[in-house]
Amino acid sequence: MSLHSQSSGRASAQAAGAPATAGLTLARVGALVVLAGLLAVPFLLYPVFLMKVLCFALFACAFNLLIGFGGLLSFGHAAFFGSAAYVTAHAVKVWGWSPELGILLGTLAAALLGLVFGIIAIRRQGIYFAMITLALSQMVYFLALQLPFTHGEDGIQAVPRGVLFGVFDLNNPLEMYYTVLGVFLIGFFIIWRAVHSPFGQVLKAIRENEARAISLGYRTDRYKLLAFVLSATLAGLAGGTKAIVFQLATLTDVTWQMSGEVVLMTLLGGMGTLTGPVIGAALVVTLENYLAATSLPVPVVIGCIFVVCVLVFRRGIAGEIAARFGKQSRNV
Amino acid sequence: MMGTIFGIPPQALFGQLLLGLINGSFYALLSLGLAVIFGMLNVINFAHGALYMMGAFVAWLLLNQLGIGYWWALLLAPLIVGAFGAVLEKTLLSRLYKLDHLYGLLLTFGLALIVEGAFRHQYGVSGQPYPIPAELSGGRNLGFMFLPNYRGWVVVASLIVCISTWIAIEKTKLGAYLRAATENPVLVQAFGINVPRMVTLTYAFGVALAGLAGVLAAPIYQVSPLMGSHLIIVVFAVVVIGGMGSILGAVLTGYGLGLLEGLTKVFYPEASNIVVFVIMAVVLMVKPAGLFGRER
Repeated sequence: MSLHSQSSGRASAQAAGAPATAGLTLARVGALVVLAGLLAVPFLLYPVFLMKVLCFALFACAFNLLIGFGGLLSFGHAAFFGSAAYVTAHAVKVWGWSPELGILLGTLAAALLGLVFGIIAIRRQGIYFAMITLALSQMVYFLALQLPFTHGEDGIQAVPRGVLFGVFDLNNPLEMYYTVLGVFLIGFFIIWRAVHSPFGQVLKAIRENEARAISLGYRTDRYKLLAFVLSATLAGLAGGTKAIVFQLATLTDVTWQMSGEVVLMTLLGGMGTLTGPVIGAALVVTLENYLAATSLPVPVVIGCIFVVCVLVFRRGIAGEIAARFGKQSRNV
Repeated sequence: MMGTIFGIPPQALFGQLLLGLINGSFYALLSLGLAVIFGMLNVINFAHGALYMMGAFVAWLLLNQLGIGYWWALLLAPLIVGAFGAVLEKTLLSRLYKLDHLYGLLLTFGLALIVEGAFRHQYGVSGQPYPIPAELSGGRNLGFMFLPNYRGWVVVASLIVCISTWIAIEKTKLGAYLRAATENPVLVQAFGINVPRMVTLTYAFGVALAGLAGVLAAPIYQVSPLMGSHLIIVVFAVVVIGGMGSILGAVLTGYGLGLLEGLTKVFYPEASNIVVFVIMAVVLMVKPAGLFGRER
């Protein structure tokens, strides 16, 4: 398993260094160091915690693709995360599918849902877009509450982790960790490619000035829809993987609080940066772990961070670092 | 007398329609407040549901801590919630007007989490009962259905509030200032009108409406920290369906969707939770600006 994740990670590091300049060599070295750290870290920290961070990091990166690069604030991303978790859990537990096929099916379900939501939501912009995605995701919440296969309040529990590709036994925490790392790196690489492709450039143009992008001849609705579906798909990939890791799919995954949480991770880490959502996810998951052991009310603390971020820290951590060190402000 | 309408006993049909009308009254009051705030501040107030909950809790606290009854609460709770809103606007929201409107949504989302989390921490998730005031207990037989007095009062009260708000905005001098400031705040300020104060008062008024809705709701639903969080999402859908352009549109859509929800409970109860969202999707496909909205 570790081989698999290493190779996909190396591919991303190589691609990152493709245009050979001194700065990018540094970036390539940095990426390799981070990758080595990610491979070594389960020997230092509790793997389940790390896997949670990686799942949420991928979820936040997927969300960030929309808000950070397309300027579209979706307040309903939990719908994709959660429904993929349900579909994966159902396929693996009830139909006895292998984990890789289960995650694939969950991801496809999220993609399909993303297509439907996208077609409806991109008809409005800005605040309306946020409200529409929120309302649609609340519909998914009620479906998850009422449909028979999701088991209402109980959720789908005791999902077997199974054996990946018939070789890697995921009940072993290390093999599970490297699987999650591999999934995360694949997802991150897809986002990295998308952002640095002509598609990503058009998306940024739409974010900056949609009317102008239209006048240049781009059919912006199609770009927005594609970005929405891609974002939903990757959020689903994160959700399906999460269902295997925690052997659980519950209503929590489809609530609007979950959608809000991924907004916070991205805002805290830095919207429109590549690494920001990963940092934000790690911080928020760590914070929640810490708060769970205290008597402090979690929503109040989360809400306060929200307010502070919006008022004085809008660039987020990665954005703030980039601004301090005067590098190109985006695409850190 | 005891015939059926589409195979449904009339008692059940009218009972559900009444429930729908009650829900619609709350949708109308809340979407009215949202529309008033949005018109002036260009902020979608995510904290609206939390402030509705706060209104109900203030009434409950007034009764249980100070022995102040329903009728005074009906006046005091909106004032307290409105004052709280004015402080929020002055200290926090007013810093964001020059930025993308999405930040206003995110800020008020954070505020909603704080307010709801604080009440939940203090009072737990279980609902607290609030008694129906003695003057409005009991009910009357209308021949085709039994109407509890309090529910009738809620419908009448919300209609009065919605209509007077509409008149105040469309027909009075203050309303004219408000509409002018919505169109062009700089010009209105140049005429010597204190626009920032008007913005604060508008926000305070909008959230006071939410507080009032909370007091009206207290005897019907239980007073619970979570009572606003689902409602606000439905109201968002109502606002998308109606379009933010017109006050009257927000109100009419609120009542209409409440009734439709009630009808769905009669004919296909499984779908009653999602019918508003389905209608939203259909409206967006057919008329993206909303039923009463203008394309911008």
